[in-house]
Amino acid sequence: MVADVGALRAVDEGVARRLKALACTAPLHDLDARKSRLDWVDASRYQMAEIALQAIDQVTLAMDFDHGADQAEIVKRLRPFVAAQAPDAPPGEHERVAQWVIENLINVGSLDRGFQADYGTFTEDGRYVRRRFDFKLLVEVAGPDGEVYLRASDEAINVLVGALDTDVESAQVAAEVKLENLISRGRLGDARLAAEQARYRTVQYAEALRQKLDATRRDVRSVDWLTAVPELLDEALTHIESRYRAETAILANIADARDEATEPERRRQAAELVEVVSDCIQRHTQLQARLQEAGATFRAEQDRQQFSGRPKRAAIDVFGQLLRPCLALDTATATGPAAAFFTAGAGVRVPSVPSLTGLVETLLTPPVERDPLGEPVVEPDLAPVSVERFGDALWEAANRLLDPGRGTQRLSRLLAEAREIDPELPTLVALRVAHAVGASVGTARNQGDETLLLAFDDGTVLHDPEFGGADLLVTTAGVRGGEADVEEVA
Amino acid sequence: MSREIQPHDVEAAARLVAHGMRPKALPSRDAGYAELVRRYRDDDAFADTVQRVASGLGLVVLAVGPQSGIVLAAVEESVFEIRMDEYARRTVLQNRQTDKMLHGLAHLAAAALAFPRPDDLGDDSYVGRVSVDQVDGAVREACRVLEERTAGVEADPLSDAPQLEAAWRAWLRRPEATATKDGRVGEATTRGIVGKALRFLADQGFLVPVGTEGGVYRTTPRYQVQVRELAAQRAFDELLSLGVLPAATAGGALRAPTGLEAPDV
Repeated sequence: MVADVGALRAVDEGVARRLKALACTAPLHDLDARKSRLDWVDASRYQMAEIALQAIDQVTLAMDFDHGADQAEIVKRLRPFVAAQAPDAPPGEHERVAQWVIENLINVGSLDRGFQADYGTFTEDGRYVRRRFDFKLLVEVAGPDGEVYLRASDEAINVLVGALDTDVESAQVAAEVKLENLISRGRLGDARLAAEQARYRTVQYAEALRQKLDATRRDVRSVDWLTAVPELLDEALTHIESRYRAETAILANIADARDEATEPERRRQAAELVEVVSDCIQRHTQLQARLQEAGATFRAEQDRQQFSGRPKRAAIDVFGQLLRPCLALDTATATGPAAAFFTAGAGVRVPSVPSLTGLVETLLTPPVERDPLGEPVVEPDLAPVSVERFGDALWEAANRLLDPGRGTQRLSRLLAEAREIDPELPTLVALRVAHAVGASVGTARNQGDETLLLAFDDGTVLHDPEFGGADLLVTTAGVRGGEADVEEVA
Repeated sequence: MSREIQPHDVEAAARLVAHGMRPKALPSRDAGYAELVRRYRDDDAFADTVQRVASGLGLVVLAVGPQSGIVLAAVEESVFEIRMDEYARRTVLQNRQTDKMLHGLAHLAAAALAFPRPDDLGDDSYVGRVSVDQVDGAVREACRVLEERTAGVEADPLSDAPQLEAAWRAWLRRPEATATKDGRVGEATTRGIVGKALRFLADQGFLVPVGTEGGVYRTTPRYQVQVRELAAQRAFDELLSLGVLPAATAGGALRAPTGLEAPDV
């Protein structure tokens, strides 16, 4: 019987691991299953799972040391992939689809913004129990500037690279060997894939290091600098070293392959691979710089955190003796000490006692009415902008100059006279005269005007510092009402 | 020194207690308050009266000092007590238990980060600094260490008994921040919970915001007294009664051995 239980458990562990790995892909399948319910888009032509993988890909690549990827940026990068699936859809739709996929990968609707999957296992005594596996794909984190960024979770990276249950280091070595083979055989498409996989490993190392350094800054003791971190640093350094060698070799090989390739497709692949590998090398350099700083960070933090004052009295270590044990308890039990700390540590609440005057005032204050539509939109008072460039005085002066009693005049003479009266006046005169060229008699009669200003061009050229054109002849004609008069004037 | 207590002494004692109910009043800013504090420390009969007045109101005098002023704590069921239910009111019923625990843990973590070492809690001249970032980061780190420790062991919680889920899982599962429409941190996130705790402590005169950035606070002597004399002790007792014996100190190896300490000058 005991042997049976042991066998059950042995099988069970592998199954549980695979079930969890399988669960990580469920949200992707779910996207395609649910897309038909979207009423704002004809979703059948979009491959949502594909977009989701692209999204995780983009987020992983955009993750760097300090924060993650900007959501708007990721949507922007996703757009071409979405657009490729439905080129004739409006661009707004592409963006919305990308947004929808990202939100579903975060699982925005749920409180924990994550996913859950149930799976069954056997306990020590052979009992079957159901357990819950919580995981996330895209995680929102707060950046140093207070903005919210996206990071891909470990589960997501594992789903993405497909190494669901493999050791990082051995997968690394395997990937390298594969790469060299691929290059020697000239299979560049696969080589690119392998180079990209190596890049994910680098990102993972960088992420692990970042977490350790952050923890060190908070409390040196929380991180094992005696063995664990040096091991991590060693591993990462070895990784960089081997990658650097491999990638330099690749670069040289590919440059050859690119130059020798005659087939345009092969040539393009090689060029793309060069780009990927350059990016890899850049990331390795970045990681290496961080690795070099890691030791210094540790020493500085150790100095800062160790040498401050001498103990004066025995007190409780709040972190080590209270917080950590509480975190290890189950939810129901941990509430006890946590609530006890809160009640004792929150201080006193002073019950508010309303004074009589205050009470009366409070009671008499009419309740603030809240319009469900919000504040009314204030009608703006529109005041006409003064467009009057020429004041009454100028118009008056212009009228005097263009008085019918002065007979026919040359524009040049009018301008000269006007300039003597006021520097602005010539402009007004010129405008009125220009308006008088070919003035319509019919309009003047309809409006009931008694006189009509007329200007004619007799070919004389105007010589004036401000205005150019013809030196017009200006005169005033009388307008008489009646059909017959029109004929006469015409 | 000892003499008859007169009615006006009782009035003075009550005035001192009243000062303790104004979270932001400090002896250094109020000569009358400073005088009462001095009298408490010099005059045993007066000190006794103050304690009795407080006790009659349902309060305990934790400490009286020139820096902290009088630090009071409410006894259980007193009108001055702040209940967790009132504090964590705005939560959905189904998450109430978890939310209460998370709020409590946030306060515990704020104290832990304000006084990272036991010595800091003991040293009256120590001023700690905390920020939302730091507190949430430290708790997450502690949770991750626990996660690593349980990795390999069958660790996922039972799906039909959510109350048996480990506390660290609940914290890790909560997102640290969510993008909201108005750009603020979501309330149900761990950062939202920690932020609420720090703001509340600042309102209670336990923390003082520093810097222009916002979100960074320094501790006040009141807070140190409150945590040291009461809160940490209560939580410790509670843990003991649960049979959890907290280890003496975490990673004490980093501290210099006793023989190597610098001699007192």
